[in-house]
Amino acid sequence: MGTGRLYATVAAGGFRRYATYRAATAAGVFTNTVFGLILVYTYTALWDERPHLGGYDLAQAVTYVWIGQSLFKTLASGGGGVEGELMERIRTGDIAVDLFRPADLQLWWLAADLGRAAFELLGRGVLPFVFGALVFDLALPTDVSTWAAFLVAVLLGMLVSFGIRYLVALTAFWLMDGTGVTQMAMLTGWFCSGMVLPLNVFPGALGEVVRALPWSSLLQAPADLLLGHADPLPTYAFQAGWAVALLAAGRLVQSVAARRVVVQGG
Amino acid sequence: MKGAFAVDSAFIELDRVEKVFDVHRKTGFMRRELRRVRAVDSISFTVARGEMVGYIGPNGAGKSTTIKMLTGILTPSGGRLRVAGIDPSRERTRLAHRIGVVFGQRTTLWWDLPLLDSYRLMHRMYRIPDARYRENLDRLVELLELGDLLDVPVRQLSLGQRMRGDIVAALLHDPEVLYLDEPTIGLDVVSKGKVREFLRELNAEHGTTVLLTTHDLQDIEQLCSRVMVIDHGRLMYDGPLTGLHEVGDSERILVVDLERELPPIEAPAPARVVKVDGPRQWLAFPAAASAAPLVARIAAEYPLVDLSVREPDIEAVIAKMLHSLGDTTDPPSERATA
Repeated sequence: MGTGRLYATVAAGGFRRYATYRAATAAGVFTNTVFGLILVYTYTALWDERPHLGGYDLAQAVTYVWIGQSLFKTLASGGGGVEGELMERIRTGDIAVDLFRPADLQLWWLAADLGRAAFELLGRGVLPFVFGALVFDLALPTDVSTWAAFLVAVLLGMLVSFGIRYLVALTAFWLMDGTGVTQMAMLTGWFCSGMVLPLNVFPGALGEVVRALPWSSLLQAPADLLLGHADPLPTYAFQAGWAVALLAAGRLVQSVAARRVVVQGG
Repeated sequence: MKGAFAVDSAFIELDRVEKVFDVHRKTGFMRRELRRVRAVDSISFTVARGEMVGYIGPNGAGKSTTIKMLTGILTPSGGRLRVAGIDPSRERTRLAHRIGVVFGQRTTLWWDLPLLDSYRLMHRMYRIPDARYRENLDRLVELLELGDLLDVPVRQLSLGQRMRGDIVAALLHDPEVLYLDEPTIGLDVVSKGKVREFLRELNAEHGTTVLLTTHDLQDIEQLCSRVMVIDHGRLMYDGPLTGLHEVGDSERILVVDLERELPPIEAPAPARVVKVDGPRQWLAFPAAASAAPLVARIAAEYPLVDLSVREPDIEAVIAKMLHSLGDTTDPPSERATA
C-alpha cells in the first residue's frame, strides 16, 4: 500500500509536469487538428476510389483518423514520452540519482509515463476529437460499455507503448548517442501502429505481420473496439500478452545494464 | 551492546575494497584490447558515527566510484564494505532509508514542478510518518531559508537555491549518513557560507555522519577535522588537515602592494618573493605558518599600502603531497593503468 502511494505520487507528478507547458499543449492540439484534417481529406479521396477498404466505410475511416490524432501523444506511437528524459539521464549519468532511490526503476518510469499519458489524453486528445465529431460525420457507438471497453484498450495500449519505449531508452546504456535508435523507433512506431493507414488496409503477408506486432496494440486495437470491429476479450489478451512480454524484457535488460555498465560522470 | 558499539566506531567500514572496470579499447581495425582499470585499489578506512570527513583527490582518482559503492549502486570487485552494518550492494533499498546523498552536479528534484512537489515525493518514497515529515520540512526549510521558494518551479531557482533544495530533499527522512559530492560547486560566496554553516549545525546537533568530496579547500578547512586523500584508487593520506599541509609542504601566497616600485622584499626564510610586478609583490610562505609575523615585519620595514593572503588550492596541496609521498614510499606495485 505504501509503495502504491509512492507510484501514485510519481504518476501525479508526471501529469502535472506535462500540464505545466500550456502553450506547448495548445500548439499540440492545433497540430493534431490540422493533421487530422489533412488525413481526413486524403482518406476521403482514397475511400472514394476503394469503398470499404480494410472493412471500414468512409465514416469509420474518418472516425479512425480522429481516434488516431487524439491518441497520438497519449500512446506516444512515435516516441515523445518519458523515454527521452530517461535516455538523457543515462547519457549524463544522472541515472545514478534514480538508482540509489529506494524505488523500482521500471515502475518509477512507468508511473511517470502513465501520468504523462493521462494528461495527454485529457489535454491533447479531447479537443481534436470533439472538433472532428462536430465537423464530420463520425461512426461513434452510443452505448457506454463500448466506450468503457475502448478506454481499457487504451490503458493496455499505454502499457505496451511504455514497454517498447523503455527498451528503446535502455539502449542508451550501451549506445551513448540515442538519436539513431530514437528515429528508428519513431518511424517504426508511426508505420506499424497504424498512424499512416489503418493496419487492416495492409495487404497479404505484410498485413499479417504488422497486425501481430506489438505496435498494433497502440492505435489499431482500441480503434477496432470503438468501431465495433473487434471483440474486447481477444483484443485485451493480445495487448496484455505484449505488455507482459515487453515489460519483462525491460526488467531483464535493466538488470543487465545496471550490473555491467559504468555510471557516467566519474 | 558491544555489537552496537562496534558499529558506532566503524559506522562506515571499508576493508581492502576494490573496484575493477574492464575497458575495451579499439587498438586498430577489428582489434580490441581489454584493459583492467583499478578505479579503487584496495582501500581500507573506517568512519565513526558522527564524524565529518573530507574525501578528496584529483579528478578520476576514484572518489565517485567509492561513493557509488557506499550507496550500493556499484558492487565492489573485492574486499568488504559495510555501512551501518549493511552490505550496500546486497541491501541497497534497506540502506537507502538510512542514507542521504547530494550530488552537487545532479539534482533529485523535479525540474518542472515546485520544490514542494519533490518533497511530497520524498515523503512517500521514504515512508516518512506525517508528523515527522512536517516537522523536518519546517525545520530544514527555515534553516536553509527556502520558505518563500516552496511554490517556485525548480527550473526557476538559482544554483545556490537548488543546491539547498537538494540538501533538504536528502535529509527529510533523517538519514544517519550524508554523502555530499561537491556540494558547493559553482556557488557564490554567500551560498557557500550558508551551506557550510548548515552542515556544521547538522553534524553538531543531529550527529549525522558526513562524508564530503570537494575541490574547495575551504569546505574542508571549515568543516572537516579529518581528511582522506585518494589518488589512482589508493588512499594516500588519512589524518587532520594540518597534517596534509605539513606532508605536502604547501604554501600560501601573501600579496603586498607597496607605495612604489622597490627591489624584492628581503623576507625572513622560509618566506620568499616569488614574483614582482611594479609596486606589487608576491611572497610564498608555508601554509601551516601564521601570516601575522611576516605581515608585521613587512609593515614595519616597507611602505605597505595593501595586502591579501591567497590560500593554496586543493589541487596544488594534493599535487605537492602526492609528489612528496612519491619520494618516500615505494611505488604501488599494481597501479591503475588509466
